[in-house]
Amino acid sequence: MNIQARVLKPEEHFIQNEPYYEAIGSEIDIFLAAYKQQIPVLLKGPTGCGKTRFMEHMAWRLKKPLITVSCHDDLTASDLVGRFLVSGGETVWVDGPLARAVRHGAICYLDEIVEARKDTTVVIHPLADDRRVLPMEKVGELLEATEDFCLAISYNPGYQSVLKDLKQSTRQRFVALEFDYPAADLESRIIQNEAGIEAPLAEKLVKFAHMTRNLKGSGLEEGASTRLLVHAGKLISTGISPVDACHSSIAQALTDDADMLAAINELSSSLF
Amino acid sequence: MSLPPFTYEEIEERLDDMFVEAEASLIQHLTQFDIQTQDSLLEIISKANRTNNGLAYQLCLRMQRAVALMEMDTIELWLDQAIDAFDSNGIYGAVAKLDELEAVADHAKQKLTGIAFEEVGDLLEHFVTGLNGRRLKIETDRHAYTDSETIYLPSMINHYAEREDNFQLYKCMVVQLWAQNWYGSWRINISEILSGYDDSAHAERWFHVLESFRLDAKIKQELPGIHRQMERLCQLNQQATTARVAQQTLADQLKSLHSLQDSLQLLQQLYPQPTPELHSYTARTKAEQVALVREARLIKEKDLFRNALAHAVKEKKGKDTSESADEAEHKLTAEKFPDPNMPEGFTYKLELDGEPIEPPEGVESLISSIIQDLGEIPDDYLVAAGDGNYKIFQDENKTDGSNVWAGTYHEEGAYLHKEWDYRRRRYKKNWCALREVEINPGSTAFVSDTLEKYSGLIKNLRKTFEVLRGEDKILKKQPYGDDIDIDALVEAWADTHSGMEMSNNIFTKMHKEERNIAVIFMVDMSGSTKGWINDAERESLVLLCEALETLGDRYAIYGFTGNTRKRCEIYPIKTFDNDYDDKTRGRIANITPQDYTRLGVFIRHFNQMFNDVEAKTKLLITLSDGKPEDYDGYRGEYGIEDTRMALLESRQQGIHPFCITIDKEGRDYLKTMYGTASYVVIDNVAQLPLKVADIYRNITS
Repeated sequence: MNIQARVLKPEEHFIQNEPYYEAIGSEIDIFLAAYKQQIPVLLKGPTGCGKTRFMEHMAWRLKKPLITVSCHDDLTASDLVGRFLVSGGETVWVDGPLARAVRHGAICYLDEIVEARKDTTVVIHPLADDRRVLPMEKVGELLEATEDFCLAISYNPGYQSVLKDLKQSTRQRFVALEFDYPAADLESRIIQNEAGIEAPLAEKLVKFAHMTRNLKGSGLEEGASTRLLVHAGKLISTGISPVDACHSSIAQALTDDADMLAAINELSSSLF
Repeated sequence: MSLPPFTYEEIEERLDDMFVEAEASLIQHLTQFDIQTQDSLLEIISKANRTNNGLAYQLCLRMQRAVALMEMDTIELWLDQAIDAFDSNGIYGAVAKLDELEAVADHAKQKLTGIAFEEVGDLLEHFVTGLNGRRLKIETDRHAYTDSETIYLPSMINHYAEREDNFQLYKCMVVQLWAQNWYGSWRINISEILSGYDDSAHAERWFHVLESFRLDAKIKQELPGIHRQMERLCQLNQQATTARVAQQTLADQLKSLHSLQDSLQLLQQLYPQPTPELHSYTARTKAEQVALVREARLIKEKDLFRNALAHAVKEKKGKDTSESADEAEHKLTAEKFPDPNMPEGFTYKLELDGEPIEPPEGVESLISSIIQDLGEIPDDYLVAAGDGNYKIFQDENKTDGSNVWAGTYHEEGAYLHKEWDYRRRRYKKNWCALREVEINPGSTAFVSDTLEKYSGLIKNLRKTFEVLRGEDKILKKQPYGDDIDIDALVEAWADTHSGMEMSNNIFTKMHKEERNIAVIFMVDMSGSTKGWINDAERESLVLLCEALETLGDRYAIYGFTGNTRKRCEIYPIKTFDNDYDDKTRGRIANITPQDYTRLGVFIRHFNQMFNDVEAKTKLLITLSDGKPEDYDGYRGEYGIEDTRMALLESRQQGIHPFCITIDKEGRDYLKTMYGTASYVVIDNVAQLPLKVADIYRNITS
């Protein structure tokens, strides 16, 4: 038995097996075209609708390593570009994930870019237009991207916060792909495939998801995402009852409000 | 040792003190209780008396019966309901409520096993929103029915011995009534059809039975969980389900019900027969109510839809043609496309000249509602409204606060707020009506004069406020960070060489100090500010705005004034979204003294407004010149206590209230209202402009 986890350098992270992805529209073609033309890509869409899965799928198609950075509000430019570290009494330069991706011609995917600190946009801008260079101020170098390199960022326009909006100067550098929850039959197919459950059950899960999406804006911030449905489906396929599975993997994930929780649970018990 | 009970004379004396006349039999009756009970009952009478002497008298008349039927808590509840009725309908309303004492007593008994609507109302509303379709409100009435926009439910269900079962009954009722709306029981004007029968009430009962069968079948298919509950409830009742109740001959006919048309056809056949009994979860059908509501909605939604189309066409035209094409040249069509979430399995996409158009905001739900009403989008809906129509419609939608007093008084478009009555120790519901009234921008001369007058001070203010502005700071000697702190490293290096342990605090870290403050200034526009107080207020606002613009905090300014509880008005001078531009400056210049100061309602209104504002620190600053006071008894302790309560509500919401006043006697009552550290009294009015910005700086840094 192999008890040791595999250790990989980020730039060696090639995706071997085809990640399951069902296209909603022409997003695959557009991405391929943008990649060919060396235009960076912006993925918009609510949480759990398949943005990250899409990136994995594209990395597999293009046979390029995928370096994903999940942005948070403390992420700075030097976290992306790199920094000097002290090692054995000397300072050594260590590339950050963005610099690695540029150096090795990988796909760099900055997830939830609006969460990052504002100074990160400064390093993205020259990379995202026709210059395609990464300035590394601390070592006084410019890193020029090869044609293999690809930059993709994602953000969720659903968070309507003034503080977390993408600036025009940033968004106008990208080709934008809009993602949304797939249509009912497609979503049901995805759940069947991912969770390994039968069609009637998957359809009911989708119906349940629509019920929670009806509640968006009247007590819920977001409805159930496709990802949550897959989770519920997986639990059901291992023998958990559908009502319990919906309760723990969907209702509890959506809200802490007691009335709302009870309402969602009643909805799921009406369906199953 | 407990005290002996009050004697007849003692009770009589206490009632006399309150000027309450009571019958001798009641007093006699009261003598038989122990002193605690007597005391509580007298306290209840006194509470009624504080509201109205007549009410106390009426209460006494019914007291003997009440004591026999109810526990002490219930008697209090009964009185509270009467007081509420008194507030809204006067003494007649209150007496009517008092007369319901049997019902109240009954209700209280039921509450032990039954389930009250208040307990589950919110839950059911979420539930029905989740189910799909037009947003349905849920309210209480004597029977369960729907008028196609609201679902009415009984205020209490006590049908089963278990609470859970009673809740399930509520749920099943909601689903049934929702199904009437969703699966098209009201596609056509049923009321008209039923009135064609000799006995329309009998026909309505039959229609109800038939539709219940049809909808039950739909529910069984779409919401099997609910159907199981329905069957279980029937078994508990030892009643057969709807499917089994009918005679065999009927049963086959009922199975063939698929659409509303089927039901109506069968209605003709079955009309002569008596109607079978249905189970309790089946709500009622009130075709007449539905017809009224539906009629109004059809007209409204047709207008809305056509206006939305006009809007969309306009946009499209503006985009792709430079010449103004005639409206008639554009052909609007609605293309069906499948949508499994709709009851008929399809919805519509709008097309203009064969090209799909982006439906304007809100139109999708409108389309869904129209399909729910009519089953399709009729052709006459697909004509964009002309310009004239569009304007009329917009005017209608706007409720104008200024003409409320011109004709008959109405409360449309007003925000209703509660008010705290300290004497009763409870809120008066929907007591105050508050409206937003526009303030017209005046000349900005006042502002430029002020700027000139205080030019020296403004420079100073800007400087002091600039210091406050959130700026990035580099923190040194951090355990982790963005960069190496060379100084710390050298030190650490030296330490290591001299044999000491090396510190790991050798990084620098960028620390961002963000001011995340939202503040609302409420400016007293009461009549007492007339003259130089008003000038001082306006000058302070100008200086404050200058300072706040430097600082970058989000701020809003509202003037407030009231004249009785029915006429509370706020004047938006600067909302959070407005810029500090000439219009805003003009509005500051135009602040004029008006009527009275009914503080509580305004504080509650701004509390609500803060709900939509996302900020780490929320401040509510009042600029005032005196005690809360209004024409209809809102003065003295009453006003102070209501304001105090409103401020407590603010604090519970995480809002920091603060008061700046020029009332020298303010110290006495402000401490009660705002607490010790949350107010400032400015003795000299002339100082107000100089101080306000300063005070703001102090409380936010």
